[in-house]
Amino acid sequence: MNAPTFGPTSYHPTKGERTSLEIKDFNLWYGAAQALFDVAMDVQVGMVTALIGPSGCGKSTLLRSMNRMNDLIDNLRINGAIRLEGDDIYGPAIDVIGLRKRMGMVFQKPNPFPMSIAENVVYPLRVDGVTDRALLEQTVERSLKAAALWDEVKGRLKENALGLSGGQQQRLCIARAVAGDPEVLLMDEPCSALDPIATAKIEELIDELRGNYTIIIVTHNMQQAARVSQNTAFMYLGRLIEYGDTKRMFTNPIEARTQDYITGRFG
Amino acid sequence: MATDHIVKSFDTELQHLDNCIAQMGGLAETQLAEAMDALAKRDALAAERVVARDARIDALEHEVHERIVGLLALRQPMARDLRAVVAALRIATDLERIGDYAKNIAKRTLALTQAPPKSAVATIGRLGKLVQGMIKTVLDAYIDRDVDKAADVRLADQEVDQLHTSLFRELLTYMMEDPRNITSCTHLLFVAKNVERVGDHATNIAEAVHFVVRGQEPESRTKGDQSSVTVIDERGRTTR
Ligand SMILES: Nc1ncnc2c1ncn2[C@@H]1O[C@H](COP(=O)(O)OP(=O)(O)O)[C@@H](O)[C@H]1O
Ligand SMILES: [Mg+2]
Repeated sequence: MNAPTFGPTSYHPTKGERTSLEIKDFNLWYGAAQALFDVAMDVQVGMVTALIGPSGCGKSTLLRSMNRMNDLIDNLRINGAIRLEGDDIYGPAIDVIGLRKRMGMVFQKPNPFPMSIAENVVYPLRVDGVTDRALLEQTVERSLKAAALWDEVKGRLKENALGLSGGQQQRLCIARAVAGDPEVLLMDEPCSALDPIATAKIEELIDELRGNYTIIIVTHNMQQAARVSQNTAFMYLGRLIEYGDTKRMFTNPIEARTQDYITGRFG
Repeated sequence: MATDHIVKSFDTELQHLDNCIAQMGGLAETQLAEAMDALAKRDALAAERVVARDARIDALEHEVHERIVGLLALRQPMARDLRAVVAALRIATDLERIGDYAKNIAKRTLALTQAPPKSAVATIGRLGKLVQGMIKTVLDAYIDRDVDKAADVRLADQEVDQLHTSLFRELLTYMMEDPRNITSCTHLLFVAKNVERVGDHATNIAEAVHFVVRGQEPESRTKGDQSSVTVIDERGRTTR
């Protein structure tokens, strides 16, 4: 396999059917401070890709670059390219709203809206102006089932979502993220506010969702990265150091810095 | 080596594990040396001491297992640390087996009521020395995480296999020369097989060392010992 021109020193991901997101020689600056350096990686379709690395190494920045969440930040500058199924997401032809629909996002803290469970799920469709009741109801059921929450809430869809437990709220957010039927799910430390049982449920859910969705998950928990992902990318100081098959990364990484980080020798 | 973790007690635990293995290894080395010595001198008291001391190796293996289960549960070692822990588990098992073989050799000595041919005892002594050297080298290789030393051990095993095959033929010849040799030489055949097996375990340990350092098993070795497929015809010629 050919490593990208820039990007990690060691490149050995497990190949999927095709590339979903292609990140090419991507650089990003917050004002004068460069946060990403020559990042290059092909995210494989239908797989779970974990982004790991010490705090501040640029994981969230990279994740937010993928669906242009960074657009709102002043003085942000980028060069290089990110392509979703070949479409240049920073290209002039792209429709940013349409792009975000192709990518659902789940955040660290569950952030349900103060409305009913059902309305939370179909919120993205409402924003799009969908009023077809049958379609909305179908979407609620399909999404809640996909998020493994249906059985727990089917009797109280009209209740306020804020009454759910933290773990249920996070699964509701995942249901909301998949309601618009995206291609990619971006998750930024989705379990860091959850207890171990709720975490296990989310991990199981991620495993069920893969295949149907390409999933990129930022996590601080190395065991979690090892458990849920097929490929792992290790970042350090804004650079992608090693991108490869998860099992290999956690048993026999190539780069000394990867080794040191995952064995707990620096952080 | 197991140093530099952010959590210092993790370093300490890995160090303790290495110490346990080193201790087990030293004991296994001594056991084999003393078993071979007792055989050469037909010293029953020394042989009994070897038999009795085997329990110490077993106890150490037990301790290694407990430490490893604790490390896996509480530290979740990764990458090279994980490989070190898995290798320690494998090595402890091999060392325990080496201890068993030394004990078996000592038991044979106790059963050896008549003197076997001197030259056969001498050859088996050489085989023993060779294998003792392998254990010593492989323990050094483990402590130093030295792949080259481990490779030496794997090479030495081929020599052991060759020597064992020729010793096997030698013993068969004595047995056919004089039927009175049959009992003692049969004991020596088993002893020789035990020593040869110890060499195999030292080789396993060498492979575990390679795995710790390089993250993969070394290329496969060829089995040089031919005794199990050697045939003797009625004139006492060996073929295979
Ligand atoms: N909105 C922002 N404005 C300026 N600097 C930022 C902003 N967000 C992140 N950074 C900086 O970019 C670097 C990478 O941050 P981030 O992507 O959040 O890292 P991680 O998610 O790996 O912890 C850090 O040095 C951080 O301080
Ligand atoms: Mg972050």
